[in-house]
Amino acid sequence: MRPAGKGAHESLYFTYPAFTAPDRAHVLAHEGCRVAIVGAGPVGMFAALTLARFGIASVLFDNKDTFNDGSRAICVQRSSFQALERAGAVQPFIEKAYGWTMGRTFYRGEQILEFEMPHSDSEKYLPMYNIQQQFIEQYLWDAVAASPLIEARWCSEVTGIEDTESGVRLSVQDSNGRYQCAAEWVLAADGARSAIRSMRGLRLKGDNFPGRYVIADVQMDHTYPTIRRALFDSKSNPDKTILIHRQPDKIWRIDYQMPDGQSEEEAISEDNIRDNVGRILRDIDYQGAWELEWWSIYSANTLALDDYRDGRVLFIGDSAHIVPIFGVRGLNNGLGDAENAGWKLARVLKGLSDERLMDSYSPERRGATLDVFENATKSARFMTPPTKGWTVMRDAALSLALDHEWAGAFANPRQMEPFTYTDGGAVLSHMETAGSVKPGAVLPNERLSEDSYLSDLLGNGFTLLVLEVIDPAGLDDLKASLLGLDPELECITSGQIRARFGAAGLSRLHERLGTQPGATLLIRPDGYLAGAWPTCVADVIVAQVTVAFGRKETH
Amino acid sequence: MALNFADLEIVYEELARTLDRLSPSEREVFLCKLSLLMARDLGDLSRVQAMIQTAQNHLEKV
Repeated sequence: MRPAGKGAHESLYFTYPAFTAPDRAHVLAHEGCRVAIVGAGPVGMFAALTLARFGIASVLFDNKDTFNDGSRAICVQRSSFQALERAGAVQPFIEKAYGWTMGRTFYRGEQILEFEMPHSDSEKYLPMYNIQQQFIEQYLWDAVAASPLIEARWCSEVTGIEDTESGVRLSVQDSNGRYQCAAEWVLAADGARSAIRSMRGLRLKGDNFPGRYVIADVQMDHTYPTIRRALFDSKSNPDKTILIHRQPDKIWRIDYQMPDGQSEEEAISEDNIRDNVGRILRDIDYQGAWELEWWSIYSANTLALDDYRDGRVLFIGDSAHIVPIFGVRGLNNGLGDAENAGWKLARVLKGLSDERLMDSYSPERRGATLDVFENATKSARFMTPPTKGWTVMRDAALSLALDHEWAGAFANPRQMEPFTYTDGGAVLSHMETAGSVKPGAVLPNERLSEDSYLSDLLGNGFTLLVLEVIDPAGLDDLKASLLGLDPELECITSGQIRARFGAAGLSRLHERLGTQPGATLLIRPDGYLAGAWPTCVADVIVAQVTVAFGRKETH
Repeated sequence: MALNFADLEIVYEELARTLDRLSPSEREVFLCKLSLLMARDLGDLSRVQAMIQTAQNHLEKV
């Protein structure tokens, strides 16, 4: 919602584009596409960019004529920046977003916790960045519009979906009329109230949490570094919680738990928003002028589909799961879904992998969601205790934390590292491993020179990292066998690393990965470790790599 | 080693007096804080869990 007298998209700092429906003759002439993506929000657009990264064309359908209203998501985590980089879209995010590493928690006006998120010189990106969702959508849109492989159809509502022998047929309604469009696969990125999900007769299952939060964005000249602030039982919102985040363009996000005795309707009236925000700003010693940009209301939910795949339809982002915001995993998890579905689907469509590779999508990404639920549920219960018992324990921990540092840990928002996959065909977790990184985990990054990182060396598809070549002829045979299975495989050897970054660079890499010379690692297109071998034994590697690629074993 | 009875009685009396000084809502938070402090000091999860169970016994007879 926006202040009285302002249009739905009349922002203090952002100009919303105005899209129109595609040309009628064009949509009638192009009856089919390989992949249809329903929903051109950040997750849908990122899925299209990921498919384009592997040369697969897609058509995006969205019923709106512009971006999403207001700034829903603001925190983008390190792994998402790495994913954006792989899709060739990270640069404007680096230039605009505010990176951060630290959070502070206050109880009754006193600081009880200051936490640092895991970070070191080995990392290319900071653990977290704040940027408004409008900019996220704008930058993804700029990349989508520049791609010859992506066609976006705005003002186009998908009103029907039926299975066919070769995939799916969509019924589409736009301002020029109705038409049908066939697709081999559909990615449903149409959000929390997904129409595709309803049309397929599927429902989200899970829990709702009782607390209601107001999110308000204000513009002001407030000087405070980019540090997440959480305020419990403050003067301005007694017994309740407040979160404050800095965003670009002098925008500040104020999240506050609805005060008691206000109905939802009262709480979101402009007068009450102004009263509550004004009180909070005085509480943090901000005396200057401020302008109200936008506000909304939400409650915490942990809801997910039982299966993220329904035949040729894959659900990505909020259409598959709704997570509490306290773990900053709504958008980040959605981007993870989009990349996971995108690289696998591209391989299947190019004939590089069997369709059974798609069987690993739901176990991996639903597993990630359940992991988020577990942590976000703890955070949500601390932020908005659902019952008397949780409230009393929370208050006990907070008041202890005033003079017992250890008790402050209860207030940590648990914004965790990416989930480690164990399930499904794209991780070789059953075998012996090499080093300290388990297959299924994100490959750690390492700085190899002033401006080069391990992640910069990885190929677009799978990468085989051979960390010491015992037998050069054997390596050539291995490469030839693997390239026969996958012409897009990139092979990097310790010799190349030593030549570019010296022996010191190579030993830093071994130290970071916990590997010994001779170790061989297979890295997936999404930066996860698919498999690791303590020594480079060609026939073992070839046999197992066929599994990671989703190819049938050759007989 | 268990506290001897004389010392335990001192704890008993101090708790009684403290509970009387507190409002009903303060009493609950106070007892939870005390439990967290004692649990941390005890340093033994299974013993703490057993005590949570034991303390729940016979509550209906109070």
